Amino acid sequence: MSGRVLVGVKRVIDYAVKIRVKPDHSGVVTEGVKHSMNPFCEIAVEEAVKMKEKKLIKEVVAVSCGPQQVQETIRTALAMGADRGIHVEVSAKEYESLGPLQVSKILAALAKKEEAQLIILGKQAIDGDCNQTGQMTAALLDWPQGTFASEVTLEAGHVKVVREIDGGLETIKINTPAVLTADLRLNTPRYATLPNIMKAKKKKIANVKPADLGVELASKLQVLRVDEPPQREAGVKVESVDDLVGKLKEAGRI
Amino acid sequence: MMKPLSKQLSDHAAELRCPRLDPGALGVRPTARRWASSDAPKITTHYSIHPRDQDPRWEGTEMERFADQADVVVVGAGPAGLSAAIRLKQLALAEEREVRVCVVEKASQIGAHTLSGACLEPSALNELLPDWKERGAPLHTPVTEDIFSILTEKHRIPVPMLPGLPMNNHGNYIVRLGNLVRWLGEQAEELGVELYPGYAAAEVLFHEDGSVKGIATNDVGIAKDGSPKDTFERGMELHAQVTLFGEGCHGHLAKQLYRHFNLRQNCEPQTYAIGLKEVWVVRPEKWRPGRVEHSVGWPLNRNTYGGSFLYHLNEGEPLVALGFVVGLDYSNPYLSPFREFQRWKHHPFVAPTLEGGERIGYGARALNEGGVQSIPELTFPGGILIGCSPGFMNVPKIKGTHTAMKSGMLAAEAVFPRLAVLEEDSAPSAGLHVPEYAESLKASWVWKELHAVRNIRPSFHNYLGLYGGMVYTGIFYWILRGKEPWTLKHCGLDSDQLKPAKECTPIEYPRPDGKLSFDLLSSVALSGTNHEGDQPAHLTLRDDSVPVERNLAIYDGPEQRFCPAGVYEYVPTDDGAGMRLQINAQNCVHCKTCDIKDPSQNINWVVPEGSGGPAYNGM
Repeated sequence: MSGRVLVGVKRVIDYAVKIRVKPDHSGVVTEGVKHSMNPFCEIAVEEAVKMKEKKLIKEVVAVSCGPQQVQETIRTALAMGADRGIHVEVSAKEYESLGPLQVSKILAALAKKEEAQLIILGKQAIDGDCNQTGQMTAALLDWPQGTFASEVTLEAGHVKVVREIDGGLETIKINTPAVLTADLRLNTPRYATLPNIMKAKKKKIANVKPADLGVELASKLQVLRVDEPPQREAGVKVESVDDLVGKLKEAGRI
Repeated sequence: MMKPLSKQLSDHAAELRCPRLDPGALGVRPTARRWASSDAPKITTHYSIHPRDQDPRWEGTEMERFADQADVVVVGAGPAGLSAAIRLKQLALAEEREVRVCVVEKASQIGAHTLSGACLEPSALNELLPDWKERGAPLHTPVTEDIFSILTEKHRIPVPMLPGLPMNNHGNYIVRLGNLVRWLGEQAEELGVELYPGYAAAEVLFHEDGSVKGIATNDVGIAKDGSPKDTFERGMELHAQVTLFGEGCHGHLAKQLYRHFNLRQNCEPQTYAIGLKEVWVVRPEKWRPGRVEHSVGWPLNRNTYGGSFLYHLNEGEPLVALGFVVGLDYSNPYLSPFREFQRWKHHPFVAPTLEGGERIGYGARALNEGGVQSIPELTFPGGILIGCSPGFMNVPKIKGTHTAMKSGMLAAEAVFPRLAVLEEDSAPSAGLHVPEYAESLKASWVWKELHAVRNIRPSFHNYLGLYGGMVYTGIFYWILRGKEPWTLKHCGLDSDQLKPAKECTPIEYPRPDGKLSFDLLSSVALSGTNHEGDQPAHLTLRDDSVPVERNLAIYDGPEQRFCPAGVYEYVPTDDGAGMRLQINAQNCVHCKTCDIKDPSQNINWVVPEGSGGPAYNGM
């Protein structure tokens, strides 16, 4: 096994920032807004770095797709302990329509090129909330997947994954190479400290174009309109059960 | 023998408005005690109050820090800090020298903690980067209309903006200062400045001889109760030949440096104001790009200094930046600057602009009002103070950006020729003392400008308050250009000005209507502020018992009202028997008002983990 782990990191609007829809309803305002690494991606990076520190794997490669700014996010991953980075260049215009299917194709191509033993991703991004990229990547590669991982144990040739599911916890054993997606309780990510940020400046980030990987970025999905969720309206207090029934009938509910 | 007229006037002005604090009347101020009294709940857990070398939970923790050597370290990537960094690199380039300049900034990205009106006078920018237009500096809105009003509850008295009055804005630009600062950051990076946003300077480091050696960034991974977490890591030390401190108004490291080097022995205490600001998208028919509006008067009474601003930006969208400034020398503990701001928006002259619009930003920051009288010693061995930290704001113009930038540039020009070429592995054993900076500042237009307006703010301290001040400005500034031979004094510390609550009348504020005026918490949400929750509160109290025993008992807890972010709340204790102070540190927007206005001077704002704080976007 190559001992190489590919970690996908996404640059998203910081979770504490109030989102604003663009006046033309084509998307949300991102210009000048505070961005940071997707929290689940931080957990993915941490897991990979931990594996390297335990000498279970040899190299952690951080990948991000997007315009120039995603390099900051890759640098943060490098500062957390990734060895090198890959920036898949996507223009700002194309980025607007970049979705999980395109990213999965890119990651699948990179995994083959880098002969990765594992791909670790966050379970979902907090902007799209799609929760699809990990699963699609595994399907495209025909690799097993361990999603919503809250505990990962890497052993020779396979990996034991404890998954958080609706019913509780499920433990599975899957062969490597595999795709894992990180859930909240997998670990607590370390801080990217300043000395490590300085060292990260010396680590390499390779630039790659999707076309070089044989990936077509055209999306079959088109965003028609983006709106804010409707304002929550105040409830109405009723005095009696008859009142309640009356109001429900008025609203056509019964 | 008669005192000279100038002295009589200054003394008289000082006596008239400023209450002489009698320590006996209010109870002796508690001396700073290390440990809270036994029945007060423990609030503060920060190591600056509870040292870790005496804390058993920290035994065995590795406290060694990684250190690196730069030529110049700049604390704060604001207009002053970035101008200094850019100027240093320009000088280095011109002389083909290598100078390592590192800038640390507590905000997660450059500009995220910047908040200002702002009407920029481009003088300093023209000197720093004359081709700013070609480089794409975000100065898109020249001022086209300048309106000044005195507001009464229902009406407006227009005041002509004659050329020569300090408030006249001809030739200036309305800017979103956060965007300008971000652009300055890009210019700095192009020149090779090392920018480190997300890392706060938490500690000043000293050489053996007592000179400043540099700074250390914040530690990370300390739990809310003050104990180390698994993720604990020490900050990093950045050593420099000289350190420029540009923390902005009321910096926490500057506060330590004033005490350490006794820099304020020959100046008056700094006086401040709090500025609250919102950004609105207004209806296109209300939009007047380039229009600048200022007002004084309602809703403040004539003895409370303050006023409003409302600027129409011209950047594509119909955006309006508006806000309210309240002098922090106000005396009524029931005054809430936030609620004064909210109710001002309902004035018949203001409301029509905002009707049908949408609020998209909110924030607040303290600003200096002391002028030349309050400027401390600016240099000390190993360090220099630049920008709003020592305080170069021109108060009647309400502009401090141009003077801050110029001070940064002058600092760079004074420091550069003194920098030694450091050999590999050699480090200086003493910090540079560069008094040439202070001299060049005093000889520059910054000093001339500040000197001319030095008496305007203190002239408000008279029985007629606002109106006396305006008369004074009209006569002595507009006609005589500030050439009068006397210098009026301020009133002393802002924190000494509050009267006990029982001597004051509570103010009835109208409820927010949710369309023009809003409640505090939804406003704070718009600032995008957040902090890692599991860390010690960075609003530290020297004595945990003082808030209830003194602030609440005597002043009815003014921190509940002057904090623009809802950090301080007095809530009933669990047993219902009394009250306790709850500190919601996560809400903090780093405005520094509490550190300034706390009548007990018990609150000490220290820097939280880097990246925490507001996420302003072009404020």
